[in-house]
Amino acid sequence: MDYRITHRTIYDYSEAVTVSHHAARLMPMENAAQQVSDTSLSVFPTPAVRKESSDYFGNKVCSFAIQEIHRHFEVVARSKVTVNVTTTPVLTLSPAWEKVVASFRDPVSPADVAPYEFCMESPLIRLMPAYADFARVSFPAGKSLLTGAQDLMRRIHEEFRYDSVATTVATPIEEVWEHRDGVCQDFAHVAISALRSLGLPARYVSGYLRTHPAPGKTRLVGADASHAWFSVYCPVNGWVDFDPTNSIIPSDEHITVAIGRDFSDVSPLSGILTGGGEHDVRVSVDVEPLG
Amino acid sequence: MPDSAQTEVTGDVKTRIAVGRKGGMFDGYAHIAGVFDEMRAPNGDARPHFETLLSELDALGGEEIQRRRDSCEQIIHEQGITYTVYGDASGTERPWRLDPIPLVIAPQEWRGVEKALVQRATLINRILADCYGKQDLIRTAWLPPAHVFAQPDFLRPVHGLKPPGDTFLHFYAADLARSPDGRWWVISDRTQIPTGAGYALANRLVTSRIFPEAFRSCNVQRVAGFFREMQESLAALATRKTDNPRVVVLTPGAYNETYFEQTYLARYLGYTLVEGQDLTVRDDRVFLKTIGGLENVDVILRRVDDDFCDPLELRNNSMLGVPGLIEAARAGNVAIANALGSGLLQSPAFKSFLPGLCRHELGEELLMPSVATWWCGQKNAEKYVLSHLDELTVKPAFRSQQRMDSETLSNDELRARIRFQPHLWVAQEKVELSTAPSWDGSGLVAKRTVMRVYLVATPTGYKVMPGGLARTAFGGEARLISMQHGGASKDTWVLSDKPVQEVTLLQGGGRNVELRRVGNNLPSRLADNFCWLGRYAERLDATARLLRSALIRFNPERGGGRMPHLMPFLQVLERQGQLSLKDTDYARNTEALEAELLAMIFDLKRTDSLSHIAGRLERLAMAVRDRTSNDVWRVLSQLDECLAPAGDGRPFLAADAIPVLNRLLLLIASFYGLARENMTRAQGWRFIDIGQRIERSMYLCGLLDSALRSPEADNPSVLEALLEYADSTLTYRSRYSLVPNIAAVYDLVILDGTNPRSLLFQLLQLEKHFDRLPQESRTALPSPGQREIIKMVARVRLLDPRELFHSEGPWHEGETGRVIREVEASLPRLSDAIAVNYFAHSAISRAGT
Repeated sequence: MDYRITHRTIYDYSEAVTVSHHAARLMPMENAAQQVSDTSLSVFPTPAVRKESSDYFGNKVCSFAIQEIHRHFEVVARSKVTVNVTTTPVLTLSPAWEKVVASFRDPVSPADVAPYEFCMESPLIRLMPAYADFARVSFPAGKSLLTGAQDLMRRIHEEFRYDSVATTVATPIEEVWEHRDGVCQDFAHVAISALRSLGLPARYVSGYLRTHPAPGKTRLVGADASHAWFSVYCPVNGWVDFDPTNSIIPSDEHITVAIGRDFSDVSPLSGILTGGGEHDVRVSVDVEPLG
Repeated sequence: MPDSAQTEVTGDVKTRIAVGRKGGMFDGYAHIAGVFDEMRAPNGDARPHFETLLSELDALGGEEIQRRRDSCEQIIHEQGITYTVYGDASGTERPWRLDPIPLVIAPQEWRGVEKALVQRATLINRILADCYGKQDLIRTAWLPPAHVFAQPDFLRPVHGLKPPGDTFLHFYAADLARSPDGRWWVISDRTQIPTGAGYALANRLVTSRIFPEAFRSCNVQRVAGFFREMQESLAALATRKTDNPRVVVLTPGAYNETYFEQTYLARYLGYTLVEGQDLTVRDDRVFLKTIGGLENVDVILRRVDDDFCDPLELRNNSMLGVPGLIEAARAGNVAIANALGSGLLQSPAFKSFLPGLCRHELGEELLMPSVATWWCGQKNAEKYVLSHLDELTVKPAFRSQQRMDSETLSNDELRARIRFQPHLWVAQEKVELSTAPSWDGSGLVAKRTVMRVYLVATPTGYKVMPGGLARTAFGGEARLISMQHGGASKDTWVLSDKPVQEVTLLQGGGRNVELRRVGNNLPSRLADNFCWLGRYAERLDATARLLRSALIRFNPERGGGRMPHLMPFLQVLERQGQLSLKDTDYARNTEALEAELLAMIFDLKRTDSLSHIAGRLERLAMAVRDRTSNDVWRVLSQLDECLAPAGDGRPFLAADAIPVLNRLLLLIASFYGLARENMTRAQGWRFIDIGQRIERSMYLCGLLDSALRSPEADNPSVLEALLEYADSTLTYRSRYSLVPNIAAVYDLVILDGTNPRSLLFQLLQLEKHFDRLPQESRTALPSPGQREIIKMVARVRLLDPRELFHSEGPWHEGETGRVIREVEASLPRLSDAIAVNYFAHSAISRAGT
């Protein structure tokens, strides 16, 4: 499936900003499942310094600094992405989850070092015996890893309430666990903390989701949003994605932008300003299916 | 020699020593059985390398040593050597505790320590380079991956960033302890910010001053050479082509526990002390914001934890860092010492892997062992630790995002925690520390001791400071040694078997020095602090004068009609928000007034009481510590004592307060004197003076307007009081008859440009300062600040105070009153104009989606 994606972010500041430094992770990544073309990232006011590189996790990052005094700041990321239809692996054929856990305990084989990095606590992820207990319901003894992950996804979808005002980006994971509500980012974090508490490698995926207009309605331009889900490492199939917000295994309607240990590694647009006072931010995302 | 003399073997040198020292300090020196003592050999004799010191101490005698110990405390107090204790209710700063008896180390033994630590630093640097580079050590299983990936101190954004010369570890310190068998062990590695070298230097300067005889005769190796190496090594890191690279010390600020040390080192090494907000990154280069504009920074000696250094790429809630710093480092435009990420190797989890890594990386055996450490991430170690919990000290393996206070957990809780995430825990053997002699007021006692030794990277390898920071436990048996927990420090004397060379940092290094009249440009934040220093000093002065005048007039002996004379003083204080006259009728309730006046002097909790202002003044002085002389600091640190209320609890009378105020005014006068005479007339002094002049004008305008509003404005007593406040009584008397005349008094305190306390004098000084500020002459027209001053000066100059003499009142409605009020309204605008031009270091904020 082909998409044209436009992600626009606008900041208005109450006071002048004298200098600002930003890092944008807004360009979808390339991997076996998706190809990216026609990309552009336009920034206003024009940055004095601008660099594109790839970060520790292989995400595309554009760092730039604006050195002229401004009160209005705008970033527009555009790209065309082709997402291949992926066949979901046969979940029941994945290894028993305990076997996977064992391979990430002492000694960890050098071959498993890369996924091992996603077994630990990270800035926004805590590990707790209680989270492991929650996960264990989906992972009875001998259960295959991916079947367990799918069940965990389903339970989070059922037991956690989607509430767009219950949490903010700063809500700690402990609170999400306690109140059992939140948005896609929170659900991904919940799943990751549960899996890692069991000893399994799990990572955070940020991206977009194709939305279907209600029957008879036309698609609203710019009404889409950033989305997030989680991914589990399987020694046989590699990283396998799960979307707990919708309880589905992503195929060609999920577009991946970046991966990381948690949201803090993939924040789409971060910035540190000198001056600025209060700010007002508007974000609009458009995921347009092509053809 | 007495009947028994014997030979003791120490290392490879045979020394003949006398045994059984009789009389003297060594007698009665108690030791703890089974523990290594630094001074007393197992056979009961003094160790040979302590002999000279012991003879010198004996020659001085107990009383003299005690006297010198007192002068040691005096020096520490005067030099303001402090240590900040977190969460201490009695104020955050404590004087540095220094035990006068140095720890003495024999030369041959030191060579062993040196060699081992150079090896260790070299090894640690190699490991850091690998962890932040290819990570071969993990791939080849020499290092468990958890040591890198599970550590919050592994900073992913700097992975792949190669520092200049591949040096991650510019400075390194190791805490050493000696076990009962006499071997040195490393008990902790300091790789993030090795603190304490400055305290070691301060200890040396104090100890060598109180024991000059012993210091000379012991042939002690000097530590200054180490700091010279440090300067050269940091200068060599600059990549910009310049003869004069700029090195700054990045401090977390005045509330950091080792802030004193940071200012001390910055001064000693000749570096600018800066906070994160003093720096800015433009075009991938780091600049210092100064009152003259932006200036290049080449090297940052950081005292801020690495994860706080760049809020854009590291902790985004950090207020201590510099956004864009990592990008500037990637571009190779700034060197940071220690490199960002170096905190990784501070984890105790590495200790059990160092012997293997040393063989692998350097092809050598590790020369000095670490305290025995089990990392629970390994199955066997975990098993051992779980079954030996009581014998071991269990602690977090890595600095954690969660608090893991292992000491408060029960063994069962601890076991559960270890089992859940074993890789997060280490256990260490409990260390039996050696003891060293310490002064207890009358003699020598044995105290548990550890020693921190410092290394610096140079182009020819690591160099060791011949000395170090020795620390002793609070009690004789305590194993916990921490400056935060009441321990003391001591100087370390490494003896030399060769003649010792004098080194000083003041030499020109054999190079030609370009002569300069103006020092490095003043950072904007410091200019701001200087200005407030001047303002608070003046606020203290003005308030003390007003209170003194009020208290003198409060004296009942002066009899009736006193309130009208007192009112103008109280009203100025009210205008400045220091006092409220609304709630109490002080004319009727003189007791309440007395209590109120005393509270304004002594009550620390009351905003803008003298004690409160003095406190702020001291904090400001602390913030500009590296730019002011020790004398200035000494004077300011006496303010506290001066204002401490009498400790005996008896009621304090108004009359008792007057001598306190007199002493306070003297102290402020000496502060001004020192600032004026001892600070070169550079920008720092200029901003103090600007602050002082603005504040003095504010109070003066306030007082004059209040006095004019008094129904008895022309009463000679009121006029006398004005002269007294403005220190102009004698001048007045030398010019006029004894009875004050309103026009003549107002002329003297407003218009007389030769009177240093007149309003015009303040304005003329401000005008002069303004013309010399760096950004005022950039355009042809006067700047907004200059305009304000020109207007004020013209208004005051054109004033004719004789109108007051002809007026019947109300006096404040005349031209004099109008001019005073206009000037009073203009002063804050002037202050804002300065702030906009020179102090604008707007707050940093963050944004993100």
